[in-house]
Amino acid sequence: MTAEAASKPKKLCIIAYSSDLEKTWASLIIASTAAAMEIETSIFVTFWALQAFVKDSKRLPGQNWMQKMLSFMQRPGISHRKTSKMNFMGMGPWMMFQLADKYKASKPKELLAMCQELGVKIYPCQMTSDLFGIRREDLIDGLEETVGAATMLELATAADSTMFI
Amino acid sequence: MDFKLKVDASGLSCPLPILRATQGIKTLQSGELMEVVATDPGSVKDFAAWASSTGNALVEQDSANGKFRFVLRRK
Repeated sequence: MTAEAASKPKKLCIIAYSSDLEKTWASLIIASTAAAMEIETSIFVTFWALQAFVKDSKRLPGQNWMQKMLSFMQRPGISHRKTSKMNFMGMGPWMMFQLADKYKASKPKELLAMCQELGVKIYPCQMTSDLFGIRREDLIDGLEETVGAATMLELATAADSTMFI
Repeated sequence: MDFKLKVDASGLSCPLPILRATQGIKTLQSGELMEVVATDPGSVKDFAAWASSTGNALVEQDSANGKFRFVLRRK
């Protein structure tokens, strides 16, 4: 290890915004690989992406009919993401998963587990949690505390690279 | 060479060879050697980048018949 690498680990900050299958997938590939490269990695989860970090088993999170309607229109959970185009009632994601199996590529759920195993820090956004009526117990286990834009900016400005996905 | 661990990442797509290697090297003691075999052509550059970033040494690498072999030493 070089002296520089030993003294100052690199940092990556990903702002996960989209809940689309292929964008969530890309975020998790980048985050897990970064952590494997010993880059300190954090993901700030905001707006639609929050739905991707809700437990797969959770149906219709939300405290009122509008929040429940939003959850109904896009089923939460990492295993239930839709493609941004050519979703075709789930045919698109099904085919992408078939291809992932054929080419032995890892799927979002496995990559998320890998991220957590390798110590990626995942911070849910407070404001969008409130907006969507998503409570802590609706989210997957092992996340960091719920934070706001100021914490995200502190992470982003201290990072060597920031990505908005 | 005396390998403490051999990781077969044949057939796996990016980034799985790197992730399997990361899981593998964590089980080794400092100075111990691991051999990784992959078929993903991208892994040639990826393992060099991974070694440079983590500080684990890429001691040896070669390729034959579409297989890429890497010998890594835990820092």
